[in-house]
Amino acid sequence: MPGTDRPGRIVVVGASLAGLRAAEALRDNGFTGELTLVGEEDRPPYDRPPLSKAVLLGRVRAADVTLPARRAVDARWRLGVRAEGVDLTHRTVLLAGGERLPYDRLLIATGTRARPWPHPGEAALHGVLALRTAADAALLSGLLDAGPRRVLVIGAGFTGSEIASACRGRGLDVTVVERGPAPLVGALGGTLGAFAAALQRAHGVDLRCGVTVTSLQGRDGRLVGAELSDGGRIEADVAVVCLGAVRNTEWLDGSGLAAGPRGLACDAGCRAFDMYGIVTDDVFVAGDVARFPHPLFEYQLLSLEHWGNAVAQAEVAAHNMISEGPRRRPHLAVPAFWSSQFGLNIKSVGVPTFSDRVVIAQGSPAERRLVAVYGYRGRVTAAVSVNRAKSLEYYERLIESAAPFPPDPATTDRTVAPTPVPSDVPDPRQLSHGPTVALTGHLPDRRGLALVRRES
Amino acid sequence: MPPETLFRRITDYASRADPYPLYAELREARVARQEDGSYLIGTFADVAALLHDPRISSDLHNRTDPRAGGLLPPPDDMPPSFIGVDDPEHDRLRRLAMRPFGPPHSPGRIDGLTGEVTRIARELAGSLDGRDRIDLVDDFAYPLPVGVICGLLGVPAEDVPQVHAWTESIIAGFDLTPGQDEEARTRAAREARRGMAAYLSGLAESRRGHPSGDLLSDLANDHGPDGSLTPGELMVTAVLLLIAGHETTVNLITNGMLTLLRHPDALALLRADPGLVPGAVEELLRYEPPVQLLPQRTPLTDVEVAGVTIPRGAPLILVLAAANRDPLRYENADRFDPLRRDIQHFGFGSGVHNCFGAPLARLETRVALTELLRALDAPALVEDPPPYRRSPVLRGPRHLLIEQATGGGA
Ligand SMILES: Cc1cc2nc3c(=O)[nH]c(=O)nc-3n(C[C@H](O)[C@H](O)[C@H](O)COP(=O)(O)OP(=O)(O)OC[C@H]3O[C@@H](n4cnc5c(N)ncnc54)[C@H](O)[C@@H]3O)c2cc1C
Repeated sequence: MPGTDRPGRIVVVGASLAGLRAAEALRDNGFTGELTLVGEEDRPPYDRPPLSKAVLLGRVRAADVTLPARRAVDARWRLGVRAEGVDLTHRTVLLAGGERLPYDRLLIATGTRARPWPHPGEAALHGVLALRTAADAALLSGLLDAGPRRVLVIGAGFTGSEIASACRGRGLDVTVVERGPAPLVGALGGTLGAFAAALQRAHGVDLRCGVTVTSLQGRDGRLVGAELSDGGRIEADVAVVCLGAVRNTEWLDGSGLAAGPRGLACDAGCRAFDMYGIVTDDVFVAGDVARFPHPLFEYQLLSLEHWGNAVAQAEVAAHNMISEGPRRRPHLAVPAFWSSQFGLNIKSVGVPTFSDRVVIAQGSPAERRLVAVYGYRGRVTAAVSVNRAKSLEYYERLIESAAPFPPDPATTDRTVAPTPVPSDVPDPRQLSHGPTVALTGHLPDRRGLALVRRES
Repeated sequence: MPPETLFRRITDYASRADPYPLYAELREARVARQEDGSYLIGTFADVAALLHDPRISSDLHNRTDPRAGGLLPPPDDMPPSFIGVDDPEHDRLRRLAMRPFGPPHSPGRIDGLTGEVTRIARELAGSLDGRDRIDLVDDFAYPLPVGVICGLLGVPAEDVPQVHAWTESIIAGFDLTPGQDEEARTRAAREARRGMAAYLSGLAESRRGHPSGDLLSDLANDHGPDGSLTPGELMVTAVLLLIAGHETTVNLITNGMLTLLRHPDALALLRADPGLVPGAVEELLRYEPPVQLLPQRTPLTDVEVAGVTIPRGAPLILVLAAANRDPLRYENADRFDPLRRDIQHFGFGSGVHNCFGAPLARLETRVALTELLRALDAPALVEDPPPYRRSPVLRGPRHLLIEQATGGGA
């Protein structure tokens, strides 16, 4: 194995999927220096996707969900310890408790956490929880085992929909409340949203769209029900808050890195930007916490919450951390994710929200087998399959080659006339949210930036 | 002499023992148009792309000329089997056939055969004991998968010789070598297929309403959410499962032993550590795949590959075995390396028509090689190359004579 360009000390903050895979890749690539992994959770890295699927169905215990260790990483593991800051000048990570960890290169892989229920008092009721960690999943499966009268799922994105599916799989009554017009609409747009709504209802989910939960009610510290914005009321003894994720960047406040609510921005080589947009050379970022420019999507800074992205980006970051300039690689993977719910396998390539139109290219919603292809300004930008993943490779190539949209209609199982319709996603230009900053100073050597406020 | 196109040279029986230099030529060309209007494709990336391309049909009715490319046109008196139709019909038929065969409805069926496969393999291997000359095909590689698939389907042992005879004729129909007896071969193949179909549907009918636990009985008596196979569909599905269920495995086992005998180091390695056999089987599927090419694809629209437009309706021939040895995909692609880790081969195809029986073929070949390595001491090839079967599609030795060094002496 050839030696690396850069030995020394590497610290990885965030000991989950991206952190572990980066550590493995560092060793695979011949890094022989000192490696430290810092993780706030006290258990070794594990896999999250099964938490909302197999674990809730009772097929695997939350305690047994693991990530296969692909090789020994020979690292110092600092688990159960939170990192509280980075000092870029002195190249140290500050740990809770005051310890300072020096580094030559730092990888930030702190991921996201579940967005909490906004009212702390209500959030503290027994029966109210979110799902992000194995501990959450253990708690939720315990609550489901106890046979609640009804489960309330707040938010019908992927996690909420998977939880609803698991509840129905166990024969539990479940109400899903979604502010948008349909489940999954924020990620996949109107066409598949409508399909998902019909699917949930066909599986006996009490789905309420265009409605929000205005308050959660408790008795003796336990959840008993919820009030809805349409005046409705639901009795439930479990409520799962599925309002999306919050990027774990607060610990970087004041560090001078370009970190904000949308993540930590970096270049295509995973090198973090500082708040001026200048690329750092020793601080790298990977996984859910990263925002990176993707040429296929007009160099917009993408924040993804995809398992595959965490792995691919971690590998690129690791490679670049120990390689000098021209040997560094860009992270250009076409985004991809999967979900399984209500007996269906859903897979996506590209960025469905980066679209203005969509067409059902193969199959049909009625068959529950289809491929929806998304386009933006006349080129293919994404495809989502339902029980029809085998041809996604083909669409991935169309995305990579900026092929014209709509795609060739001659396919073996086109069962509905392919008419593109508006994709009904949020305006793609909103994918990228700049940091809210103000320029300060007037002379060139005094020019600077100040953070104005944090969105949340 | 007429121009010798690449496909003629590949299908020429003289190339059977070693078609790989021709495959290298094909990869060089990327797309090779033949004089009859068919197109051969052989690089890893192109084969992968076309196997996942929804514009490529497996239904010969989409060919402009169903006879082009040297294939049997689809018979009109029998419904097509699922390998000859496209989604959604393909998916429906395949799903119905999968219900009693594999996950999610029957996850343990193939695993549950391990004991039976091992028993048959041991018995056959035991019968080789003490014999100093063996034909690995007739004495082992053929009877093992036939015994297993007949047992699985529920074909009585006494009918197996008849099944063998029908299969031989049907396979001869896949022989793409243009020859004098083409018509006769085609007719014989059709008759054999009809004979086997009638026989299997008779068996299945006798089990309708009288479940007997075997696959034919399950297929005949299953009434799932997708409905059931019609008697005609059941018949052709059964024929497909029976033929595909052993013809390929015979070649995989035989090619496997042949390869190991040609690589004594690998043989010694596997003998010393049978735990390496599963990995070696994957490498064999890459290195000597039993299905060398897929002759029955057709584009539904003009499709461009490497700057060449393959017109709609043209015969498209995907040479899996060439893609498996693409040096752009594999380091030392022409080397057999049982310890190779990065193996993503087309031994079972890929895409929607990905081999249905792969779990069974893997199980049988693992058990077969393990038992053979255990039973044979100091096996040696009698002739190399051995005589091959005719088919360039389902390629493998017709006989594989092996001598065992007699114990005690020299
Ligand atoms: C329930 C669920 C189901 C999912 N299903 C799918 C799916 O089907 N398909 C798919 O593609 N993706 C899925 N995902 C997303 C996928 O799991 C994530 O993309 C992946 O986990 C991202 O890995 P990561 O390492 O970047 O971040 P994370 O997994 O979020 O890990 C970040 C780690 O950093 C730690 N950390 C945070 N801050 C600090 C700090 N200051 N100091 C120390 N440690 C810190 C956290 O405790 C955490 O362990 C799912 C996620 C969840 C939660």
